[in-house]
Amino acid sequence: MADHAHAPAAHDEHAHHPTAKTYVWTALFLTIVTIVEISAYYYKPWEESWIYVPSMIFLSAVKFAVVCAVYMHLKYDHKLFRNLFVGPLTIAVLTLIGLLFLFGKAAINLSTPA
Amino acid sequence: MATTVAAPSYAPPRTRTAEPTGGIWSWIATTDHKKIGVLYLFTALFFFIFGGLEAAVIRAQLAAPNQTLVSAELYNQLFTMHGTTMVFLAIMPLSAAFFNFLIPLQIGARDVAFPRLNAFSYWVYLLGGLFITAPIFAGLAPDGGWFGYAPLTTRQYSPGLNIDFWVLGLQILGISSLAAGFNFITTIINLRAPGMTLMRMPMFTWMSFVVQFLVVLAFPVITVALVFLQFDRFFGTNFYTLSAGADPLLWQHLFWIFGHPEVYILILPAFGLVSEVIPTFSRKPLFGYSVMVYSGILIGFLGFGVWAHHMFSVGMGPIADTVFGLTTMLIAIPTGVKIFNWMSTMWGGALKFTTPMLFSIGLVSMFTIGGLSGVSHSSPPADLQQTDTYYVVAHFHYVLFGGSIMGIFAGIYHYFPKMFGRLMHDGLGKWHFWINLIGMNLTFGPMHFSGLLGMPRRIYTYDANQGWDVYNLMSSVGTAIIIVATLIFIWNFFSSLRNGPVAGRDPWGASTLEWSIPSPPPNYNFAEIPKVTSRYPLWDLQEGDLTREHHERHEAVDDHVPTDKELGIPMPSDTAKPALAALGLCVMIGGMLLKQVNMPVFFMVVGTGAVVFVGSLYAWLTSPLEEAH
Amino acid sequence: MTAGTMPAASGGDHAHGHHYTTTGLDNRKIAIWALIGSECMLFASLISTYLIYKGKSLVGPYPHEAWTDTATGKVYPAILNIPVTSFSTFVLLMSSLAMVLAHNAVVNKGTPRRGFWQKLEGNSTFWLLSTAVLGTVFLMCQAYEFTSFVHEGLKLSSNLFSSSFYTLTGFHGAHVAAGVLWLYTLAFIDMKRGLGPADGVSVDICALYWHFVDVVWIAIFVLLYLIK
Repeated sequence: MADHAHAPAAHDEHAHHPTAKTYVWTALFLTIVTIVEISAYYYKPWEESWIYVPSMIFLSAVKFAVVCAVYMHLKYDHKLFRNLFVGPLTIAVLTLIGLLFLFGKAAINLSTPA
Repeated sequence: MATTVAAPSYAPPRTRTAEPTGGIWSWIATTDHKKIGVLYLFTALFFFIFGGLEAAVIRAQLAAPNQTLVSAELYNQLFTMHGTTMVFLAIMPLSAAFFNFLIPLQIGARDVAFPRLNAFSYWVYLLGGLFITAPIFAGLAPDGGWFGYAPLTTRQYSPGLNIDFWVLGLQILGISSLAAGFNFITTIINLRAPGMTLMRMPMFTWMSFVVQFLVVLAFPVITVALVFLQFDRFFGTNFYTLSAGADPLLWQHLFWIFGHPEVYILILPAFGLVSEVIPTFSRKPLFGYSVMVYSGILIGFLGFGVWAHHMFSVGMGPIADTVFGLTTMLIAIPTGVKIFNWMSTMWGGALKFTTPMLFSIGLVSMFTIGGLSGVSHSSPPADLQQTDTYYVVAHFHYVLFGGSIMGIFAGIYHYFPKMFGRLMHDGLGKWHFWINLIGMNLTFGPMHFSGLLGMPRRIYTYDANQGWDVYNLMSSVGTAIIIVATLIFIWNFFSSLRNGPVAGRDPWGASTLEWSIPSPPPNYNFAEIPKVTSRYPLWDLQEGDLTREHHERHEAVDDHVPTDKELGIPMPSDTAKPALAALGLCVMIGGMLLKQVNMPVFFMVVGTGAVVFVGSLYAWLTSPLEEAH
Repeated sequence: MTAGTMPAASGGDHAHGHHYTTTGLDNRKIAIWALIGSECMLFASLISTYLIYKGKSLVGPYPHEAWTDTATGKVYPAILNIPVTSFSTFVLLMSSLAMVLAHNAVVNKGTPRRGFWQKLEGNSTFWLLSTAVLGTVFLMCQAYEFTSFVHEGLKLSSNLFSSSFYTLTGFHGAHVAAGVLWLYTLAFIDMKRGLGPADGVSVDICALYWHFVDVVWIAIFVLLYLIK
């Protein structure tokens, strides 16, 4: 979904790493997503709607995934590294969500009072 | 398989392995995982005894009502240090002794992935342990419980240096464990001999593998909790400052997110050791190997989801209580499965009740008792009655003393011959076991009753005639019995080092790779890296053409164990840089407490520590591991 | 000697410079991913605490809105400066590009390059230094941020927001600083003796660390700055 422009390189699993060109395109993609995020912050109708928080989390998750897959070449490397990372990441995210529930903060997508 | 266990063959005493193990320098500069394992063992046994003495004073104080042996303040220091010592300075390092000594041998490797980092872990542990233990001699020992609940441990309620020692000491010790965690994860993934798939690994290595993940995932959380406390105490932040709106439960949640995986860190290595001993002395493979592996992994994973069962009385609400109650009940399943698998291993086996076997059976039975009281805790309404009473003290001592410590003793008796080339006296070992079993049950059994009769934890004395007196007296008498047992063990340990019967390469007729090399092993471990074709390499091979007679003939002739130079095996060189880096690190972190005492000295000490640390780290990172390449 | 029964595989473990591994992968790369997994828990704890304390400070200054100190009557503006932080976020993002190009250049050292762009692509020192410099710029932005916040009244001990904000971003900044030192060291080595394909793993582990630090910032930027 994310890096459709760089798909050709992404299909060569284990064959060879992406080229410099792929990296530059990826950087461009990440920049665009960041610009979208910052614009959303300043665009009141979006920023004040209930969709704001989920959309921001989604966009940053996309950036996170792309950096891990392409820059950290998890997509191209031995599966071991993916497993070594995804396990701890899952536990970290679940713990964070658990803590938010326990402290009554699970509803972070509703506006929080000052 | 005709191999027997008892008396060794009367072959002439073999020459020890190539190089002598003497000389202080060789110990300070070693990067050999076996020597580092021995260092951990001796240091941890020392702290085990020290923590035991702290318990002895506690039990002397509580033997009768209204005693004045120690003041309330000193009592707080005693129970805090007893817990901190046993958890962080005794049990974890005893497990580390086995991780270090055994894992490379069990997987057919020459050493761990990062030998110098390994040495660094040990020295940081030693110095951190001394740092956190020393203040008791000045009456300044940490006194906030081993779990250090904030806000009690904030500067407002604990103004002295006691908690500063605790916070900084634990940070130092955390670094030691984390470094070792990364080291062993890499070692187990990447240095297994050809043919040793994950599902052919010995059970001790498997359990240790799970433990290393628990360490690297749980310790960062307590690091953060401690950083918050440290920053509050030193720099005036407000993480635990109620008057600034801080949540009184933040510490508890963060601590127990670490604390619960920590108890699995404490028990799984013992489970692993017992899983080596029981099959050996039942002459049967471990029952349900795969199930044992998966249940270990499941325990590790689920262990991150049960933490708030330590907080059932704080008012989290019915949903949180129910969720954590359920997950806690769930985790009893994979744990219970292991008990049945050990019993099934013994069923129908040719049982040999050596000392390691007795201690292993001890773990299975005592841990079951502790597990049952644990399951009773998993129900929030029941726990509301039990929490903060001696019932809980009974529970965790059954699982930690009856579980972890017994498993570790099983491991010590079992692996002593491999480590030191001599057997421990089995008769004395049996005295140790039985006296220890009686003492342990007499000490902790009655606590179930005094706890349910309402005796709270962490009280330095109590009034008579509340129904607690006789139980407390029993516990104190039991403690004296434990002391006797421990003295027998110490005597056996040291006298066996000097003149125990010489052990061969495989006195027990065991099945795994570590028993295929001399006792003690040469520094390079394996002359040739073995090719593994089964879970029980020695048993499977010996069923074939080779008879025991053939082995003995070979061994008697091969008295000379070749050196690494003779075999052309490049070995890492000795270096004191890790020890020096550890010293710099500990001075840098420990020195921070001088901020409360004297500012110029604070800067000088922390600065010097930083320079030594960075300098030796730089020298370490820029020098090669092995000499001539 | 071994039990005499083990068929042995020497597996080239005596070969100088090459040691036997089960997976064929470098030990250091496995270790750095384990470290990254561990750091996920570290930052998850720090971020959780920030989110738990979000909106709970009893007194200001506050991140996204102004605060009047009822005691003195002084008005404190909203502390966070989105434009400046957007700039530093962009700088860090670009540094990840420079990093990945640096690793690419090191690993492909020796391939023939013609023309300005190809030569630039292959200039590992340039990319290593660029990463380090961009990282330094990020740190300078953080330093500027922190000092201006303190100047505007947000001290470390002010409230829950200040405590959790400075600690979280401070820890991140410390990680960036360590990475910057590592990068300058690599750039220096490259200038002195030249880094080549044999150093691929060494540069790779630095790159992985650096990208992780960037990825943590992605999370922090959104959760702290862009969500009110």
